[in-house]
Amino acid sequence: MLPRPAITHDNRFFWEGLRERRLRIQRCTACHRLQHPPAPVCAGCRSFELDAIDACGRGTIHSFVVVEHPPVPPFTYPNVIVLVELEEGTRLVSRLVGVEPDDVAIGQPVEVDFERVDDELTLHFFRPARSGS
Amino acid sequence: MSVSFAGRTAIAGVGQTEFSKNSGRSELRLACEAVLAALADAGLTPDDVDGFATFTMDDNPEIEVARAIGAGPLRFFSRVHYGGGAACAAVMQAALAVASGVARVVVCYRAMNERSGRRFGIGTIPRAMAPTTETAHFGWYAPFGLLTPAAWVAMQAQRYLHDFGATTEAFGRVSVACRRHAAANPAAWFHGRPITLEEHQASRWIVRPLRLLDCCQESDGAVAVVVTSLEHARDLRRPPAVIRAAAQGASRDQHMMTSYYRESIGELPEMRLVAEQLYEQAGVRPHEFQTAVIYDHFTPFVLAQLEAFGFCKRGEAKDFVQDGRIELGGELPINTHGGQLGEAYIHGMNGVAEAVRQVRGEAVNQVPNVEHVLVTAGTGVPTSALVLGRD
Repeated sequence: MLPRPAITHDNRFFWEGLRERRLRIQRCTACHRLQHPPAPVCAGCRSFELDAIDACGRGTIHSFVVVEHPPVPPFTYPNVIVLVELEEGTRLVSRLVGVEPDDVAIGQPVEVDFERVDDELTLHFFRPARSGS
Repeated sequence: MSVSFAGRTAIAGVGQTEFSKNSGRSELRLACEAVLAALADAGLTPDDVDGFATFTMDDNPEIEVARAIGAGPLRFFSRVHYGGGAACAAVMQAALAVASGVARVVVCYRAMNERSGRRFGIGTIPRAMAPTTETAHFGWYAPFGLLTPAAWVAMQAQRYLHDFGATTEAFGRVSVACRRHAAANPAAWFHGRPITLEEHQASRWIVRPLRLLDCCQESDGAVAVVVTSLEHARDLRRPPAVIRAAAQGASRDQHMMTSYYRESIGELPEMRLVAEQLYEQAGVRPHEFQTAVIYDHFTPFVLAQLEAFGFCKRGEAKDFVQDGRIELGGELPINTHGGQLGEAYIHGMNGVAEAVRQVRGEAVNQVPNVEHVLVTAGTGVPTSALVLGRD
């Protein structure tokens, strides 16, 4: 079975956002700094007043791996996992689909999509950006 | 000297079990065997022990080991977090306790059945993890299939190759050096089995850009070391390996295995932080190490550590590891026991033991005229390192 994220007071907004097909980025309402992964306090100005914005969903591949071994169900292999730098400036780890492993490269533009796993969990994944976007 | 404990304590004894793939006994028994061997090496008994320092991820609480071997009473016990990153931090804890007078004889140990028991790299985790700060951390990675130490390290390794124009051949040089050294070490799992760069390049992918021969072994075994004051060590049966410096480091925006959010992710700022402290405490510079034990769970972070310690410039480790420079007879032979790639994966503690042997002059791949040895702990995590030296 798919490993489930552990939901805490500090990250609940992110996982609930995915269920609404929104990729949320935590924002400090005091200094407007964005941070991911989220935390209970702004690491920039130490404010506890935090909300979140919706990411535009576009970014570039900052790094990536191709997992071949060990195979762990329910994942399929090779599994391309990317560290995406979003246009907003934060990074997050996700899966990349729609590209052969040999054709993945740092710097490639990608865009987000969402996959409903079940009633409780929706995950983000990325695919190559459509031309012109 | 900026801190008061540096140079005032020493490792007076080392002990270890055999390294295997199936020890056939409990981790607790392995710990007891190694601790007793280290005490015997020092010429001490369990009655002399009043402290233990170890680190998380094995199955050997301090009081269980103490009770089993009849040690104590204990006046000091400490367990540092973050797995292999704490291998040298445990020794630092012992040195701090001894130098401050809290304890007189502190034993540090690591004992694991990491091959026959709980394997760190197998990638299976509970489907639903109880929500804690640490399990929430893994939630950013596990649902996507980023599940193993190899995978976590590979993400930074890929960027390292990109940023510095390196190829995986540089990773292979590290693996070849360690396996050459292991081949001459009867205690090493890969005794008598050196590899070539071609064999490295032909080994199967684990997580691209890491191949099988970029990954350390999975091992069963135990290692322990005895820390006491330098004055006390001088009265014991073996020459002291003086703890010239010991330091920990967790840098800005530190994550457990996934520090992916800093401006540059192909570097190890936490190890730079450790290096700065060691150089200040010990009063040495990189060229004053005759040999080094560089934590080698995965080859790419050996390159990043060579840069963090200033053995070469940022991004230049790919050149530094060429031409046998890190092999026996080279400018800086590393991991003369074979490292965790070649000897065994004992979470860094076997590297501490090798550093002691180099200082004593009794290593199987002995480097001539050793004055100072650097030994580092696990990377990608909050980390630590030591400088050991001759009395």
